[in-house]
Amino acid sequence: MTEPILKVRNLQAKYGNKIILKDISFDVMKNEIFVILGGSGCGKSTLLKNLIRLYKPSKGQVLFQNQNIATIDSDNLEFYYSKIGVLFQNGALLNSFTIFENVAIPLYIHTNLPYEIIKKIVLKKLELVDILHAAELLPSQLSGGMQKRAALARAIILDPDILFCDEPSAGLDPITAESLDQLFIKLKTQLNMTLIIVTHELASIKRIADHILFLDKGNAIFYGTMDEALNSNVTFVKNFFSKGMGVYF
Amino acid sequence: MSNLIIEKNKIIMPDKITISHISNIYNEFLKNLSQLNTKKIIIDFNKTNQLDSAGVALIDQIIEILNNKNIQYKTENIAPSVKNIIDTFSSQKLKAIKPEYETKSDIITKIYNIYENFKSNIIFFTIILIDMIYWSFFAIIGKGQHKKDSITQQLILIGYNAVPIIGLMSLLVGLILALQSAAQLRQFGANIYIVDLIGIAMVREMGPLMTAIMMAGRSGSAFASEIATMIVTDEIDALKVMSINPIRFVLVPKFLAITIAMPLLITVSDFLGILGGFFIGILYLNIPTTAFLNRLVEILILSDITIGIFKGICFSWIIVTVGSYFGLKVKGGAQGVGKVTTASVVTSIFLVILADSIFSLIFYFG
Repeated sequence: MTEPILKVRNLQAKYGNKIILKDISFDVMKNEIFVILGGSGCGKSTLLKNLIRLYKPSKGQVLFQNQNIATIDSDNLEFYYSKIGVLFQNGALLNSFTIFENVAIPLYIHTNLPYEIIKKIVLKKLELVDILHAAELLPSQLSGGMQKRAALARAIILDPDILFCDEPSAGLDPITAESLDQLFIKLKTQLNMTLIIVTHELASIKRIADHILFLDKGNAIFYGTMDEALNSNVTFVKNFFSKGMGVYF
Repeated sequence: MSNLIIEKNKIIMPDKITISHISNIYNEFLKNLSQLNTKKIIIDFNKTNQLDSAGVALIDQIIEILNNKNIQYKTENIAPSVKNIIDTFSSQKLKAIKPEYETKSDIITKIYNIYENFKSNIIFFTIILIDMIYWSFFAIIGKGQHKKDSITQQLILIGYNAVPIIGLMSLLVGLILALQSAAQLRQFGANIYIVDLIGIAMVREMGPLMTAIMMAGRSGSAFASEIATMIVTDEIDALKVMSINPIRFVLVPKFLAITIAMPLLITVSDFLGILGGFFIGILYLNIPTTAFLNRLVEILILSDITIGIFKGICFSWIIVTVGSYFGLKVKGGAQGVGKVTTASVVTSIFLVILADSIFSLIFYFG
């Protein structure tokens, strides 16, 4: 963890005239799990969508390899997208495609690999996320947890440098959520991936977070490690953790 | 309990404004509203000592009515306990609010906004159509960004699966058209002209139009709901972040499939429509089969068929673009999907009929 892989500087996001994110700045280091945390409606998902340019920031910079993602042209954006993977909150699998086809899509579209190789890559990724047996099923035939795993397999199919995850544990039981967290740790340690995870699951944060960015009403009110967060004097951070401790820790 | 009293410039609120009383109070207010003959009034809460959330809703409603009538008001004599309840539940600010008159500039702004909205919708619609045509060329030369068999799948869904219903509908249209005309033609001994009527009407008008209307209901709605659902479930966003152009991946196969399927379906429709007319011709008007067929060959010229096919292709582009447009504009969840699906079908059918009218004028006078 020596140099930042993603730098965010003075980012501001708006919906119409309403300011959602105000002057957000932080660095994400290589090969760390960076957690964006906050209560409901604080702007976590909006921040994530700005980082992956599904929304265009109204002000500020998102720097990846010295390029500002907020303003780059479509060719460079394509390059950026080739370096990242995204796990959406509900998986966002294509419902008319089998799990195998869903995971294979980026390979079919962006590579000229023969089918035999594509098949091997896909099966390896499905094995990594432990849903090899579901390769030929449709997303609707899977449970929520399995859909998340399949979506994760698709997100990491091109071995991205950064994996963005939006509320990965939402709607999952604690055991499935924990196994998903273990998978994130595996991706970080074994594949040297950087993970940026939006969540408000305290148990999950404790297990996986290297750094935390705490949002409240569109402002970054805390940035630091988990230990620093637990000892923080910021009232909202203190309250947030103290309310959850009894339940999760 | 006291009643609500309306004087010339004053509404005196009753002592109890609670859920069990508001119905009477509201009726009283509506009944005596006409007695207010000034544009500035006072709402007096001097008597009021009991108020609940339903009562606050009633006050809000009264204020809304006053605002709509451009009557300015201010409140008086609100007890602190009553004010607390109002402050907790009211969506109105109980003070002398100056009603917002719709000034001329507001109306102009509204018209301008409608114009801007219309303009941006037209631009968006055009961009989708141009994008689909542009990326279809890449797909045709083998540089598509879609699943290999997706065009075939769409052809089966849009084309093959629609053959029975379009065939049956066209047969019935041909039968009805011929039957309605037969009685008139018989009176003048012009039986053989049933062939002209059915042949030209089916090939130039009814075939393309009825097929397009059926396709708008059947496929246009499917396009809109599928794309809308993909947006609602983040599937379109997922494609974007995989550097996959949603237009190339999702829309181009549909565009190509409907462009191929439409002329084929129109041919089926023309054939079966004429067949319907043929049955009436030989069974009801006693036209010999050979005479019917000879007359058909004689009157149908190639341009009739090509005009019908050309119109059909234009209609198919309208259907796929409208479906995609509404699908991509979805807002909200399941309800939003339902709304855009309905809007897509209605708009497609309207635009198809509008385009058909324009074509008719062009080909008639051209």
